[in-house]
Amino acid sequence: MTREDLRQIILHEISQIAPETEGVAISDTEDLREALDLDSMDIFNLVVALSQRLGFDIPDADAARLTTLGSGTDYLQSRLAPR
Amino acid sequence: MGTFSMPSLGADMEAGTLVEWLKKPGETVQRGDIIAVVETDKGAIEVEVFEDGKIAQLLVQPGEKVPVGTPLARIASNEDLPPTEEPAVPAAPDEAAAREPVAQPVMPPVAPPVVPPASPAPLLPPGEVLRASPAARDLAREKNIDLASVAGSGPDGAIVRDDVEQAEVGSPLVRETVADLDPMRRAIAAAMSRSKRDIPHYYLAHSFDVTAAAAWLGRYNANHPPAERLLMGALTVKAAALALREFPEFNGFYGTGGFTPSSAIHMGMAIAMRGGGLAAPAIHHTDSIALPELMVQMRDLVSRVRKGGFRSSEVSDPTVTVSSLGDRGVDMLLPIIYPPQVAIIGFGSVSQHAWPVGDALAVRPVMTATIGADHRANDGHRGALLLRRIAELLNRPEGL
Repeated sequence: MTREDLRQIILHEISQIAPETEGVAISDTEDLREALDLDSMDIFNLVVALSQRLGFDIPDADAARLTTLGSGTDYLQSRLAPR
Repeated sequence: MGTFSMPSLGADMEAGTLVEWLKKPGETVQRGDIIAVVETDKGAIEVEVFEDGKIAQLLVQPGEKVPVGTPLARIASNEDLPPTEEPAVPAAPDEAAAREPVAQPVMPPVAPPVVPPASPAPLLPPGEVLRASPAARDLAREKNIDLASVAGSGPDGAIVRDDVEQAEVGSPLVRETVADLDPMRRAIAAAMSRSKRDIPHYYLAHSFDVTAAAAWLGRYNANHPPAERLLMGALTVKAAALALREFPEFNGFYGTGGFTPSSAIHMGMAIAMRGGGLAAPAIHHTDSIALPELMVQMRDLVSRVRKGGFRSSEVSDPTVTVSSLGDRGVDMLLPIIYPPQVAIIGFGSVSQHAWPVGDALAVRPVMTATIGADHRANDGHRGALLLRRIAELLNRPEGL
């Protein structure tokens, strides 16, 4: 999966949780919660959705890595890379 | 004949001791004259008189300690005027707050001025700026119509009973700004206007260290897959629900017959809608739901509220409400009660604070819990105990 694929997956899952965010332009460095007005429950649901979609457990301690699209993509990529 | 009474010299003042009279019976006094010295816990305070006249009678002798509001002297008016109303000596402050410092609201009742206005013109309570006839007010109250939304056709634009009747059937007399609001905004406007108009709110706040709860939550979440984890919000809701079992006067409804406690605790969750507005549907029997199940129900409710799919029973029967700011909020909220409930509990965001631990300062996660409560149904002393109980329960999360 390419970086762009992962980026699109994150955006898609956010739009499932908060439909009105679909199509909102957001840079890789913006805080997702601030830019898209996501609350704790939204982030909780995003972690659940990404874990299910990608088939691995995102530890609670790593949830902070999903703060921005850039850091989230980096994180997911690192998790998917063969160890 | 006027009355000169023991003034309230601060919201926490319950009583004062008359130290000295500076005027004798028969002496003429003018508004603003210092006529007595009163000893309070803030020290000796010189007290002024609020009207012109003659001291007719001294009712309290030096050395006597009397409650706020007790008449100290009778003052005869200079002119032969009909008896003036009692000077605007304020009602005694919140009794509970006065008795128990711990129960003092964070925003104490506005301390009455030491020198009330000279003219005994009745003070308009807040919300009374609207001109409306008593019949119109009664009807509006009965029909739950916000007078602010009614156009008046009486003298000087005063609202009369007919105007309220018209407003009820949705006539064009209803101001357009209201008609333009979307239904949710209108529902919030109606409920909150009614709340602020009818309910004598008092507010309390309590900040506490949540290290134990946060640590427990961290351990719990580290050992559970994403879908089974918990948010702090589930812990606070459960702690509040459990605490309410011991404080029934905060859980129930206030109706025409007064307060009726509810045997069940159906906690309303204030849930913000994206793009504005909020709803506060209930999770039924909140106090008896285990945390994992409570979290599932909260997620489900938030999702349904935001998609517009909640049930009328969930909306109609919360017995008390909780409003949590989550992690992007501020330190605390002073929440407004949803009528006919009698209390709403607020949880501010958890943030790091310098916090005394033993003799030193440490940096600790701290949360502020607040309550907005109906003084017709309960008192600040018990409200304070309720907040403390919630904090206690929250910091023993294994028991939630």
